[in-house]
Amino acid sequence: MIPSVFTYKKAGSVSEALQLKAENEDSKFLAGGHSLIPTMKLRLSSPSVLIDISKIDTLRSITEEGNQIVIGSLVTHAEIVNSDVIKTKVAIMSEGASMIGDVQVRNCGTIGGSIAHADPAADWPAILKTVEATVVIEGESGKREVNVEDFFQGVFTTDLTEDEIITAIKVPVPASGTKGTYQKFMQPASRFAIVGCAAMLTISNGVCQKARVTIGGAASTSFRDLGVEKALEGKELNAQNIENASKIAGNGVQMTSSHFATNSYRQHLTKVYTQRALESLI
Amino acid sequence: MNHEKSSILSKVNDSGTLNWEKPTSHKFEFHLSNSPIFHYITILKLSAMATINLKINGKQQVVDVDPKTPVLWVLREHLNLVGTKFGCGIAQCGACTIHIAGKATRSCTLPVSQVEGKEITTIEGISGEGDDPVQKAWLEHDVAQCGYCQTGQIMTATALLKENPSPTDEEIMEAMHGNICRCATYTRIRAAIKTASNS
Ligand SMILES: Cc1cc2nc3c(=O)[nH]c(=O)nc-3n(C[C@H](O)[C@H](O)[C@H](O)COP(=O)(O)OP(=O)(O)OC[C@H]3O[C@@H](n4cnc5c(N)ncnc54)[C@H](O)[C@@H]3O)c2cc1C
Ligand code: FES
Ligand code: FES
Repeated sequence: MIPSVFTYKKAGSVSEALQLKAENEDSKFLAGGHSLIPTMKLRLSSPSVLIDISKIDTLRSITEEGNQIVIGSLVTHAEIVNSDVIKTKVAIMSEGASMIGDVQVRNCGTIGGSIAHADPAADWPAILKTVEATVVIEGESGKREVNVEDFFQGVFTTDLTEDEIITAIKVPVPASGTKGTYQKFMQPASRFAIVGCAAMLTISNGVCQKARVTIGGAASTSFRDLGVEKALEGKELNAQNIENASKIAGNGVQMTSSHFATNSYRQHLTKVYTQRALESLI
Repeated sequence: MNHEKSSILSKVNDSGTLNWEKPTSHKFEFHLSNSPIFHYITILKLSAMATINLKINGKQQVVDVDPKTPVLWVLREHLNLVGTKFGCGIAQCGACTIHIAGKATRSCTLPVSQVEGKEITTIEGISGEGDDPVQKAWLEHDVAQCGYCQTGQIMTATALLKENPSPTDEEIMEAMHGNICRCATYTRIRAAIKTASNS
């Protein structure tokens, strides 16, 4: 439980953080520390410099800009659970955040830290793909925005380069008539997802206009299940149609096998949790 | 400067000037166990020190520590507030839970410089006399077995009751989930929180 020796520096602004990053090879940003510090203590990671960004107040706000909600990268899971704007406009996010870890984890862990870490069992990747979020990134060469679909690239791997920082996550406010839910089968101690399903449906007169269904935890990275979405769109949302769509969830995807769950069990859970999520929306 | 991964005992500090010396004083051997953790803490003490102002249990405290030192060690080693316990050190067990601005927070993964200027409460600050309703309920239900996890349990329970004075069983289980008890006192913890919430 002892990390390798490292130096600690504090950044007061995004530009200072980027400058420190450029000056210090083998450095890492520190946000809530709830993934990074345990991995360092377990010696799975040994950066020689930590750049503490937790005091950059400009990254802490939740604002509405036009038809989007802009969530600063340092906003904690607990702040998302309690945010009135998020609760009323994209409730799936506050519901999902309330299931992350435990109360202490939620009080410290940040949305930016979670997506930068890109743990395949984390909850945000699936939820953010379903709400079709965009990640706002800043680097020495300027600002860029990346669709979450392209942001997550694999196990602990993202589109972020070494000299970049995530500043915000932008979430479009879903059309009226849209309902969403996040449901997961979790590892009982850590509560990381063994399989999680983030589903969002836009419903008009009982017919599904638009479906977004993402599975997390099951494979090396979360994935939108386009087969399930297609099976739902344009159809009446009844128990039979939902069962038919859920039956094909995860088909053809290489699932993870671990001591918590085999790949065939994860295949099974993917179908069960897709069905439960969808049924709860009608 | 090479301060990479070799044996901890042969390390130099970040400024490269102070060499580690093997402790010889009786005080060291008595006060710090031979566990590598304490060697590491001592190295931290030797490296890049800073003066940090903390507000703990309503009292202003000044400590001279490396700013990356986890709050847990600052409490236990520098301020002798040993009520807060070290369980796992990697954010898994909840034994080290304290309140930061009233919210239950693990202190083992929290660099002290992140809590400068924030209101910190430890078990010692819950009540001077041990007569907080939660502490009284804990005695009434004889919750503790070995007792090691109980500081963390009480800190999480008091934070919960501040936010939600009458939690349901389900809300209690959800809120207390991050505090692990090796002796499995969970049912008594739940009963004691119920009692405290009614008083
Ligand atoms: C006991 C326990 C249970 C947990 N259970 C769950 C769970 O059920 N579901 C779940 O999803 N998660 C869970 N987590 C993880 C938790 O959500 C973490 O808070 C989160 O993964 C990381 O956020 P952080 O702010 O703590 O990041 P840190 O640990 O500070 O950083 C993580 C990584 O992201 C980088 N980083 C951080 N911020 C930025 C930024 N703005 N820009 C670029 N890079 C950045 C860091 O350099 C580091 O590599 C659990 C953690 C613990 C300890
Ligand atoms: S000692 Fe902090 S969570 Fe275990
Ligand atoms: S009382 Fe022994 S660990 Fe909880």
